[in-house]
Amino acid sequence: MGFFSILVMAAALILILYPIISRGLSAYIFRATSEHRRVQFTEFGIGSAQEIERETAEVTAARQPVFDMIVAHEKDLKAELQEAVDQVHALAAAEGGFLQRSLERRLKRAHADASVEEYLTVLTDVRKSLEGQFDRERFTDVITLITERKQRVEVETKKLTEMKHALRDLLGPLPGDRITELLRSHYGQTRWDRCLHYQDKFLYRYEWDYSNPELSGLKMRTPRVEDFRGTDLEPAFAYVRDNLEAMMQPRLTLYWQFLTTDSRDAHFFGGIWPEVLGTFYLTIGAMLFAIPIGVIAAIYLCEYARPTKTVSLLRSCISTLAGVPSIVFGLFGLAFFLNTISVSESKSVLAGSLTLALMILPTVIRASEEAILAVPFTYKEAALGLGAGRWRTVLTVILPAALPGILTGIVISMGRAAGETAPIIFTAAVSVGLALSPLQTLNSPTPALPWNIYNLCTEHEAVDEIRHVQFGMVFTLVALVLMLNIIAIALRARISRKLRG
Amino acid sequence: MSTVVDAAPKHPNESSHQAGDSGITMHRMKSFAGRDDSTGIESLEVHVQSREFSIFYGDNEAVRSLSMDIPRSRVTAIIGPSGCGKSTFLRAINRMNDLIPRCHTAGELIFDDENVYDPMVDVVQLRQRIGMVFQKPNPFPKTIFDNVAYGPRLQGERNRSRLADIVERSLREAVLWDEVKDRLHDNALGLSGGQQQRMCLARALAVNPEILLMDEPTSALDPRSTASIEALIGQLRGDYTIIIVTHNMQQAARVSDFTAFMYEGLLIEYGNTTKLFTNPANKQTEDYITGRFG
Repeated sequence: MGFFSILVMAAALILILYPIISRGLSAYIFRATSEHRRVQFTEFGIGSAQEIERETAEVTAARQPVFDMIVAHEKDLKAELQEAVDQVHALAAAEGGFLQRSLERRLKRAHADASVEEYLTVLTDVRKSLEGQFDRERFTDVITLITERKQRVEVETKKLTEMKHALRDLLGPLPGDRITELLRSHYGQTRWDRCLHYQDKFLYRYEWDYSNPELSGLKMRTPRVEDFRGTDLEPAFAYVRDNLEAMMQPRLTLYWQFLTTDSRDAHFFGGIWPEVLGTFYLTIGAMLFAIPIGVIAAIYLCEYARPTKTVSLLRSCISTLAGVPSIVFGLFGLAFFLNTISVSESKSVLAGSLTLALMILPTVIRASEEAILAVPFTYKEAALGLGAGRWRTVLTVILPAALPGILTGIVISMGRAAGETAPIIFTAAVSVGLALSPLQTLNSPTPALPWNIYNLCTEHEAVDEIRHVQFGMVFTLVALVLMLNIIAIALRARISRKLRG
Repeated sequence: MSTVVDAAPKHPNESSHQAGDSGITMHRMKSFAGRDDSTGIESLEVHVQSREFSIFYGDNEAVRSLSMDIPRSRVTAIIGPSGCGKSTFLRAINRMNDLIPRCHTAGELIFDDENVYDPMVDVVQLRQRIGMVFQKPNPFPKTIFDNVAYGPRLQGERNRSRLADIVERSLREAVLWDEVKDRLHDNALGLSGGQQQRMCLARALAVNPEILLMDEPTSALDPRSTASIEALIGQLRGDYTIIIVTHNMQQAARVSDFTAFMYEGLLIEYGNTTKLFTNPANKQTEDYITGRFG
């Protein structure tokens, strides 16, 4: 029976931890593409220049056929428009005079290097100008030709734009693209799993079919290649389907820098070091306040306080405090530490630590009290019998003997402080920030794992793009707390062994 | 309240070696060598004097108006049935009862011309002068060395070699040195019960107390360890005033110079051990030592 219950518990634990561990580890170990290595090199200076150069050359070579196909396709489209342009040229030459000058001026913009869009603008312009003539009936043929070509090419262009967009999502900026400020638009997909996702989006158009009113809508996948049947672009899809590995060069990578680097562009790239460090600061800070106050309070309650009504009331107050929801502590911290006594001008690690310390204080006091009460009376008797004062007895005999229990309490509360979100929302946490120096903790807010997990899952602009970061953070936090607990168990065992002899 | 005074004549050597274990008289009972069977209490220097001393636990009077003189450098045993107040009285001497809430006293307990319960008395100093060995061995969960050095360190001794000297002297006095000299830095909880108790004794001796209070020091020990503790008491006699509370009448007979019999908080009879056990003056004492009650 006992064995069975342990088995069930272990199974439950594994069931709970499995997704955290497996998905969380994917932030550290994954198949990284050449884009990842390029990001690492350009943004963080990790990797060798020659290697990156060589790889970029290879990747570009592998991608070039697709780009060439796009250029060829655009040329075809332009050629179709060119016929209309030629017609207008002929018309202008035939008309002469003012109309010729006006048309030629407009047509100048449709030169060989101009883009399809430019051609379309020019033709729209020309058509408008022709339609503006009072004897426009004379130009009906040309206007019809322009309208027909324009319509066809516009449809084609829309498809091409969509396709280029999908390709851009996958590979990063295409040759000739205007690069925007946003860092995420500078690079393609860094992770192979995301590559496959975007490959699919490139190969298929996702559309919603609402034709059946009974259903809320069906997601339809239409092969995008259908849009480009018979054009120069048709082979591009088979090419991307078959040669994605050469285009992205995925390699299984242990990305331990995820832990030690900061993030770029709202966690699109880089790691979680500011968050880890922030959590570390907050936890240590909370401990710095909570341990001395908590242990001294416990000593007072156990060794000095007379068992009066006030003291028992105090004890129940402490127990009650342990059950107060953490968000209440968070708001209290904001109202007291920041608004009333202004420990810092803005949110800060200091204010957050104080709030967290307040939250875990009851746990520390209770655990320390239990531990002190568990010290055999004979130790105390022996020390007092040898002429030790009360304080000396506490210091030299009771505290050392109670240390394992006190430590356990401390580490359990440390785990709690590290993982608590609500108290730091209003007092310490920001979504994006850099790693702080110890001095900055006095007046600067910090990102922290629990808050950023919440933030990334709910408020981030592209939640789906950075799932791996969320899970990486969760995994890191769980590992951190687990590590703390293991340290506690080991420490406790060590000290107990030393005490037992 | 009858304090029976032994009327035997003063021993010829007594005056010249007042504090030593002089006056070797052949013992009539099985006891350690050097016991003075014939000396009366009144001829010895008084070390602790109880004057109409009472102890209350709340309203309950555990020790009733007890008056007795405890001589210097001798072994005084207190016997009596459970709950007679003997331990309470013993623990009152170095004010260990202060730890018990609602415990208070009346009367006087004079040690060194000073009432132990005077508010001016420094309890810490008092306890350094009046050492105690408890019923159950109670070593600290520290090394043997740190246990024995605990008292001297409290008094501010930091010098490593002087501490080592004190530890060695104390352990030798407690006849434990040879057994533990190679494992001084092992945890004291690894010692056997008897060794632990002797170490506790050494710990008490390390602060050079004048009086040693022993609260049934062998009740948790096996016969061999008991024998070694008793032998030890014999050796310490003369250097320390020893007051021992015991359940075991044979033990009282074996180790003590003087014995007090207490019953229900009252001192029934107090006098020379040999006299008390062989020729008790009081009927209750006689009933108790012959095993008719208690």
